[in-house]
Amino acid sequence: MPEMIDQIFVRLMHWIIGYVPTSLQPLCSAILSAVAILVVFATIFAIITVLERKGLGRMQNRYGPNRAGPWGLLQPAADGIKSLTKEDIVPHSSDQLVHLMAPILIVITSFLVYAVVPVGKNMVMADLNAGVLFFFAVGSMVELSVFMAGWSSRSKYSLLGAMRAIAQMISYEIPLVLSGVVAIMAAGSLSTVTIVNMQAGYTGIWPHWYLFTPWGITGYILFMIGATAESNRCPFDMPEGESEIIAGYFIEYSGFKFALFFVAEYLGMLATSAMAITLFLGGWAAPFSFLTWIPSWFWFFAKLLLMMMVFIWIRGTLPRLRMDQLMNFGWKFMLPLSLINLFAAGLWHFLPSGPTRWSVDSLLLLLSCFLLSRGLRRNKWFQERTYRFAS
Amino acid sequence: MTISFLLLAAITITGTAAAMSLKNAVHCILALTLGMVGLAALYLQLGAEFVGLTQILVYVGAVAILAVFAIMMTRSRTSETAAGSDPSRFSGLVTALLLFTVLAVAICTGISSQTLGGTPPEATVHAVGVALMQRFILPLEIIGVLLTAALIGAGMLAIEEKGEGR
Repeated sequence: MPEMIDQIFVRLMHWIIGYVPTSLQPLCSAILSAVAILVVFATIFAIITVLERKGLGRMQNRYGPNRAGPWGLLQPAADGIKSLTKEDIVPHSSDQLVHLMAPILIVITSFLVYAVVPVGKNMVMADLNAGVLFFFAVGSMVELSVFMAGWSSRSKYSLLGAMRAIAQMISYEIPLVLSGVVAIMAAGSLSTVTIVNMQAGYTGIWPHWYLFTPWGITGYILFMIGATAESNRCPFDMPEGESEIIAGYFIEYSGFKFALFFVAEYLGMLATSAMAITLFLGGWAAPFSFLTWIPSWFWFFAKLLLMMMVFIWIRGTLPRLRMDQLMNFGWKFMLPLSLINLFAAGLWHFLPSGPTRWSVDSLLLLLSCFLLSRGLRRNKWFQERTYRFAS
Repeated sequence: MTISFLLLAAITITGTAAAMSLKNAVHCILALTLGMVGLAALYLQLGAEFVGLTQILVYVGAVAILAVFAIMMTRSRTSETAAGSDPSRFSGLVTALLLFTVLAVAICTGISSQTLGGTPPEATVHAVGVALMQRFILPLEIIGVLLTAALIGAGMLAIEEKGEGR
């Protein structure tokens, strides 16, 4: 019975495909998976917008949206109708075609990366040989659409926002990818499905996730910091800095195009979280061996929502970084630590299993973390504060 | 000659042709990116996943971004550069024709694809990785040293000299 519920969506799809002639089956299966991804992740996006506004409201001692529907649950629908009925204003001097293409491209690329994310047992749209590479390759196209949006608007604020966003995305993409590489090294494969399968199994009640190793937890934390910066979330929301450049690269957009940027931002955040789950949190595996009777897709989405809650919590807690702090942190702390983490993962592989490799790896990582943070704050404590804008 | 090949070839050629003929530099870069994506899709269609995805990662994720960043940093206003004058256009055309002739002759008189036959070599990520780490380890290391030197050189150029201050 648990097996049947676990595979219910897979069976449903096979049942539907059974009615289609054989020659059209691959096409039909691809379309069905794509539709499923579009519907499910768009719904999650809607849920998260409400959750975020509610959660932030609670943290700031207010109610958050509570007018549309019971407890404000219909707020996303209201938002959608609002943005659809608004006038679409395009600046007169803007580059019309590029201005139109940017939001479309950013949403397409944001949805495309979900093709390689395994959301449950046997539930992945494309089990590519180089799945993780596909994820990062397609993810890097987001930067180009950010540039297109910022440049085509022909506004100084947009251009400034795009410049900040691209500088930040390039800087944090390197530690993001490098911290993900440790999981690839351990699994010996770039396929997301294989990486999840390598983390299957339990010792006692504890799972074999990569999170529960010294390099795994370091990699996971670095990956999540990188993901926060990639998705322009607080405390890395310089590109949007509402108080300085209003909304950054999409300031000249209105109506539904503006909403599309919003969708893409949240989808990007969800996608990197999904990749973090795949790489470090065992994908769709249950957290304890006695909970394996609960369907695999439930665990994936539970982990995803949990990570979203952490994102919302961070947004409600931390202040925004300054541009120089952001760059220093990225290049002088994240990048060296992720390189050392690669070395630690290699050591882990060659040292004999047992307490030796645990202590050696933990010592190495803790020491380098301590020294790097000392280096970061060197001579920074009692200096006169200078503010530089966008330099 | 499947439909997908024709479609991808059309996209690639359109993109690269537009990159040569458009007036605005940013439009040229965007068109070139389209051509690069088309080329990557062609690689993917041939089953070379690693090469195709690396093509996207490097040319769309890095080279195009570098180019647009250079434009954003250096140009305060978009200057429309006129396409090449007639003499340069003519010489370019001649060069292109000559190159095309050489390539076409080489392909037509070379080994025909029919004689290869059998199973195509596995171009999986695993095979590429093994080849890089075993057979081609020395070139890989040399390229690594070269890139590090380039990185340090770029850093030295960009570093703000002390004492001069703004």
